[in-house]
Amino acid sequence: MILHSLLIEPFAEYGFMRRALVASLALGLGSGPVGVLLMLRRMSLVGDAMSHAVLPGAAVGYLAAGGLSLPAMGLGGMAAGFGVALLSGLVSRTTELREDASFATFYLASLALGVLIVSLKGSNVDLLHVLFGTILAIDDDALYLVGAIASLTLVTLAVVYRPLVAECFDPGFLRAVGGRGPLYHFLFLFLVVVNLVAGFQALGTLMAVGMMMLPAAVAQLWARSLPAMFLVSAATGAASGFVGLIASFRLGFASGPTIILTAALIYGVSLLLGPAGALRRLFPRPHLSA
Amino acid sequence: MSGRAISFRNVTVAYGRHPAVHHVSGILEPGSLTAIAGPNGAGKSTFLRALMGELPLAEGSIDRAGLSIRDFAYLPQAADIDRRFPLTVADTVLLGAWRKTGAFGGADAACARDARTALAGVGLSGFEGRPIGSLSAGQFQRVLFARLLLQDAPVIVLDEPFTAIDGRTTRDLLDIVRRWHGDGRTVVAVLHDFEQVRTHFPRTLLLARHAVGWGPTDEVLSPGNLLRARAMAERWDEEAAPCGPGNRLRA
Repeated sequence: MILHSLLIEPFAEYGFMRRALVASLALGLGSGPVGVLLMLRRMSLVGDAMSHAVLPGAAVGYLAAGGLSLPAMGLGGMAAGFGVALLSGLVSRTTELREDASFATFYLASLALGVLIVSLKGSNVDLLHVLFGTILAIDDDALYLVGAIASLTLVTLAVVYRPLVAECFDPGFLRAVGGRGPLYHFLFLFLVVVNLVAGFQALGTLMAVGMMMLPAAVAQLWARSLPAMFLVSAATGAASGFVGLIASFRLGFASGPTIILTAALIYGVSLLLGPAGALRRLFPRPHLSA
Repeated sequence: MSGRAISFRNVTVAYGRHPAVHHVSGILEPGSLTAIAGPNGAGKSTFLRALMGELPLAEGSIDRAGLSIRDFAYLPQAADIDRRFPLTVADTVLLGAWRKTGAFGGADAACARDARTALAGVGLSGFEGRPIGSLSAGQFQRVLFARLLLQDAPVIVLDEPFTAIDGRTTRDLLDIVRRWHGDGRTVVAVLHDFEQVRTHFPRTLLLARHAVGWGPTDEVLSPGNLLRARAMAERWDEEAAPCGPGNRLRA
C-alpha cells in the first residue's frame, strides 16, 4: 500500500500528473536513441548548440500564440533549428571553418536573438517558461505532438538504421556504395531538432537536450552494442521522467529540473558502477586465463 | 567481367589550384592487377579518390568502362573509420552485402551465410559476435577484407591495405588479392613496399604527381624512374605559374 501511494497515487489522482508522465515517457523513448547516435557521432555539443539555436523561433511562436503553446513554439523552433543546421552545414562545406565552429557561431547569435525577442515583448516569467518549461501544464495538443514526434523518431531510425550507422562508422564506405551521406546527416539533424522541440514544454529550450545526452551517456557506460545502447538510453530517459515527477510531486520541487537531475543521478551511479565505469577501473578483477 | 578497360585521360586533380595529380593518362585493363607506388605526397590516394568519383577533376576525364560506382569495392585508408563504434564483426561484414540489400532492405539468411563464409575466408571464423573495438589492427583489416569479399565487385580499389599490419596478416590478405586476380577481377592497390610490388603485382603505376611510369612492374620500377619520382614529389612552388593554355585563360 505504501508503494501504491508512493508510485501510483499521484498519477491516479491528478490528470496533470498523468499527462506529464505520458509526455516524459514519450520524450525518453524518442530522445534516448537520438542522443546515443549524437554521442557516437561526437556531436554532443552540437545537440547543446541546437537547443540554444531553436530559441528565437520558439520565442516568436510563444509570443505569437500569446503563451506556452507547443505547436506554435515547435514550428518556430523547427524553423530556427533548421536554419542554423543548414547554414552551418553550408558554411562548413564552402569555407575553411569546421562544422562545430560554425555551429558555435550561429547558435550564439541565435540564442542572443531569442533572449532579445522575449525580453522585448514578454515578461521575465515568459522568459523563464520558454527557457525552463512547464511540464505540469501540458495540454492534449502538446501531448499528441510529443507522442507523434517519439513515434516518428523511432520509425525513422528503424528505416534508415543501416545508412545512418554506415555514415557514422565509415562514411567513405557509404560514399563508395553510392549512399547519400549528407542526406542522412540532415535527416538525423532533423530528428535532433524535432526531439528538442518535443522537450520544449516539458523541460524548456535549455534543458530539453538533457533528456538526450544524459541517458545516452548512461547507455555508453552499460551497453556495448548499438541496439542495447538504444534500449538502455530510452529506458533511462523514461525512468528519469517517472522518478523525477514523483520526486518533484512529493518534495515540491520544480519538475523539469528534477527530471534532469534524476537522469544526472542515474548517470552518477552508472559512472561508479557501470561495466565501463570508475569502480571497475579502480578495482580491476583478476584477468581471465584466455 | 566487363570487356573494356578503365581509362584515364589527362587526369588532373588539384587542391587549391596546386595539382596533386597532374596530367595522368593510362588504362586499367579488365582483370589486371596494378600497384600504385610513389613517394609520400605523390598523389596516390588522391588518384584513387578521383577514380571513386570523390574528388572533382580539374582537367581530363576518367572512363569507368560503363561500370557504376557500385561496381567498385573501395577500401580507403584505415584512418577514416571509427573503430570505437559499437558494431559487431558480423554487422560490419554484412555492410558488404549493400548491393543486395540496398540502404533499407533486410539481410536474409543467404547474406548471413555469405558473411560467415567471408569471415572464414579471412581466418576469422567464430569472431561474428565480437565488438570491432576489441580487435587488433590486423584482425580489423581482415574484417574489412571480408567485407570486400562480400561486396563481390568486379573492380577492387585498395588504399594502403597493408600499412601497420603484421607480416602474417599481410601474407594472408595478399593471398586474397591474388585470388581476386585469378577470378578475373580488376585490382588496384596503393602500396609503399617496393618488394611487395615487385613480387606480387604484374603492373605498376609509379606516381609522383605525374605518372613517372605506367606499365609492367619491372620496367616501371627502374632505379632511374625511382630517382625521378623522388625528385618530382618534393618540388613545391607557392608561386607556380598557371599550367597550360587552358588554365592561363582562367588565371
